[in-house]
Amino acid sequence: MRSKYIFLLVAFCICFFAEAQNPKAKFGTFALTNANIETVTKGVINNGTVIIKDGKIAAVGTNVQIPQGAEVIDCKGSWIYPGMIDSGTTLGLIEFGAYAQATDVSEVGDVVPQVRALTAVNPNSAAIPINRISGVTTALTVPDGDLFCGTAALINLHGYTPDQMFAGFEGLILNYPRTGRRGGFDRRTDEEIKKANDKAIARLNEIWEKAVQYHKLDSATKGTTGYYPEMQALIPVVRGEMTLLIEVNAAKDIKAALKWVKEKNIKKVVLTGVAEGWRVADEIAKANIPVLAGPVLELPSRDYDRYDKAYQNPGLLKKAGVKVAIRTVDGNLNYRNLPYHAGFAAAYGMGREDALKAITIVPAEIFGVSDKLGSIEQGKVANLFVCSGDPFETKTQVSHVFIEGWQMPMVSRQTLLYDEFLQRDPGVTKQK
Amino acid sequence: MKKIFTILFSVIVLYAQAQQNTNNLLIKGGTVLTITKGTLESTDVLVTNGKIAQIGKNLSAPSGHQTIDATGMFVMPGIIDAHSHAGIDAVNEATSPVTAEVNVGDALNPFQIGLYRALGGGVTTIHSMHGSANAIGGQCETIKLRYGVKDPEALRMEGAPRTIKFALGENPTRVHGGGSNIVPRTRMGVEFVIRQAFSQAKEYMTSWDTYNKQKNQKGFRGTPPAYNYRLETLADILKGNIIVHCHSYRADELQMMLKVAKDFGVKRLVFQHVNEGFKVAPEIAAQGAMASVFSDWWAYKLEVYYSTAYNAAILAKNGVTTSINSDDGELMRHLYHEAAKTQKYGNLTDDEALAMITINPAKQLGIENRVGSLEAGKDADIAIFSKHPLSIYAIPMVTIVDGIVRFDRAKDPDDMRIVVDPKQPLEIATFREHHGHSHESCLEGAELSFEELFGTTANQE
Repeated sequence: MRSKYIFLLVAFCICFFAEAQNPKAKFGTFALTNANIETVTKGVINNGTVIIKDGKIAAVGTNVQIPQGAEVIDCKGSWIYPGMIDSGTTLGLIEFGAYAQATDVSEVGDVVPQVRALTAVNPNSAAIPINRISGVTTALTVPDGDLFCGTAALINLHGYTPDQMFAGFEGLILNYPRTGRRGGFDRRTDEEIKKANDKAIARLNEIWEKAVQYHKLDSATKGTTGYYPEMQALIPVVRGEMTLLIEVNAAKDIKAALKWVKEKNIKKVVLTGVAEGWRVADEIAKANIPVLAGPVLELPSRDYDRYDKAYQNPGLLKKAGVKVAIRTVDGNLNYRNLPYHAGFAAAYGMGREDALKAITIVPAEIFGVSDKLGSIEQGKVANLFVCSGDPFETKTQVSHVFIEGWQMPMVSRQTLLYDEFLQRDPGVTKQK
Repeated sequence: MKKIFTILFSVIVLYAQAQQNTNNLLIKGGTVLTITKGTLESTDVLVTNGKIAQIGKNLSAPSGHQTIDATGMFVMPGIIDAHSHAGIDAVNEATSPVTAEVNVGDALNPFQIGLYRALGGGVTTIHSMHGSANAIGGQCETIKLRYGVKDPEALRMEGAPRTIKFALGENPTRVHGGGSNIVPRTRMGVEFVIRQAFSQAKEYMTSWDTYNKQKNQKGFRGTPPAYNYRLETLADILKGNIIVHCHSYRADELQMMLKVAKDFGVKRLVFQHVNEGFKVAPEIAAQGAMASVFSDWWAYKLEVYYSTAYNAAILAKNGVTTSINSDDGELMRHLYHEAAKTQKYGNLTDDEALAMITINPAKQLGIENRVGSLEAGKDADIAIFSKHPLSIYAIPMVTIVDGIVRFDRAKDPDDMRIVVDPKQPLEIATFREHHGHSHESCLEGAELSFEELFGTTANQE
């Protein structure tokens, strides 16, 4: 009996302190005044104001009426940027690596398009605040695996259920059969690689053919065919209603994928990865297919390639006329490094303006949500952050983050550890 | 396939050699970041016979000196990476929890393109380490990125102190306890393995000491103890001749290692990775141990889940000599950017941030009298950047090792081959895994086979 009370007391204390350590986000009307505003789509506004109301950007400009009751945040000397969008994450799907029990990213089977990332996003993942307080407000969270490994979802990095986080885009993933090696440990012969690739292409075509047949059957029977989850998941892509995100990196594979898309007449396609995109940039541009390029901070794919080719890739693609978004695909859940991937792309040829667009408005356009996200414009969703300077510069500090009009608490487990341990007490000697 | 690579590498090497010329240079008019003696505007650096001869204003070039115009650019000491696995063809001898007898210096490979790419990031010296499969791993090698030399021996930084790899936590327990069903399977076992090895080394030293004392005595009839290179190496650690670089993460295992070191009189101890170093920073500082960390890596496994990117700053502010390392062929190329993260996470000054990739790693490798700052008399290992190296827009332009230009962006070819044979079957490219895979290079060579990792289904190749 007594132990039960102690348990309850302990549980209460834990809840109390957890509450004390995890301040809540705040909804309301905010006026961010005296700021330099990088709208991305409409230039820079100096000494301007952004009004946030009902989750939206209610007004932007230099001559803006501050609504009564608005909480005023003086941003003198600071900058306001639209929230950054990382289109290459596993946020909510991987809590930490190397342990099957801590990951929900890769389902069994080579054709499982029916499994959805949004189902398994853990809204309370420690990685979410760690990344969002650096200004990444929105992320595409992507399942991994074999050919059709599932459906990726665009999420805002705040909410208590996956549905609350959903940001209005889902896309089907196809890992296009790969001819590249998968790292230094991949010691297969060229023949083995070719054989595996031929087999995978045959399998892909077989699945696609089946999906087309299923679509016809489904149309003819007005959707009364039996339960067939894989094919039902592929139908929206066959019908051009849903985007197919094709992960493909080697030049040869990109060419093959472009040919395959054309042959199959697939309407909504985005290429992802495209590490060797620069080799075939003109062909991607000609196909008028946008790309989610990255990681930028990566090695060249071939020993004889110029050392900085991965840094140059987004710029070279853009120059050829490809619509380019930049993503991180960071294996250490460091999506907070998105501005640095963009910064390297900027320094190595893309230029700052296009690199900034590549992590804001361009991904929003690619995902069909540019009416809501990607820039600071009246009427858009209030996803934005306030920072001390150019967010590409490493030392720049982010002071406020708003997601869908909610003001985020500027803490994460990593900042809490800093607060606790910078001057640890007790030090070496513990007073008793 | 091997043959093709050999041909390819030799071609790359020929090109690189064409770039070298002299080890006498005058670097004119840059902003000189000395690290130890402040920042000097519009200053020249004179390099003679591979050493820094003079730093000052309006120096003139003696005859035979090549001049590099660094006006508007930033001149800093060559970057030092205290944790790398580049330049070696073998990383882990994962066959025993103690392998002090092996040395990665026996597997040096001067043809690795990664060495050139690191030069492209302003790096000039790296600590090529044995992996983390064993509680006491193999000896490591401090090398200079003299990319272009063909003799493996020419990579060694002559005179650098000997170092050895130790490893605590998940890697040795997984490889030996998990993989081979031998001690250690737990952090308790790791401590035992290290204490046992040191104890055996002490016995070994004693038996040799006794033998050496007695052998010249009249009437001595004994035989010498059996020579054992593993125990010789461990004895050299106890004698202070080898610096221990200990792969570690958690606060408990850090304290364990500090206590073991104290008990056996091991004074030269550098913790590597040390993600939870911030939790026991006062203890590390009190014992004079050092720390070499990632700027922000976390979450790639359980023992780095409770990390913080403020680790480096907390350690530094608690008095621990701290460096930022790469353990990765890509990260190695932008350590200057990683160092800048200590400004985002902990507000370090420019000099404090840059010390993390120059003089501090030099101290950890025991080479701070030779490299790690720009001072007259030191080796002319120099990196020239287009902008301040802590800026994201900075591009390393020229990298100099021992006064020889080993990287020059202006002369860098788009294709590293001199002769491109269209018939050469080199279409296969390599793409590293990202999602959900551990980025730690430390277990290279101790990992499962490709099939075990990825299966053999259609697209998994």
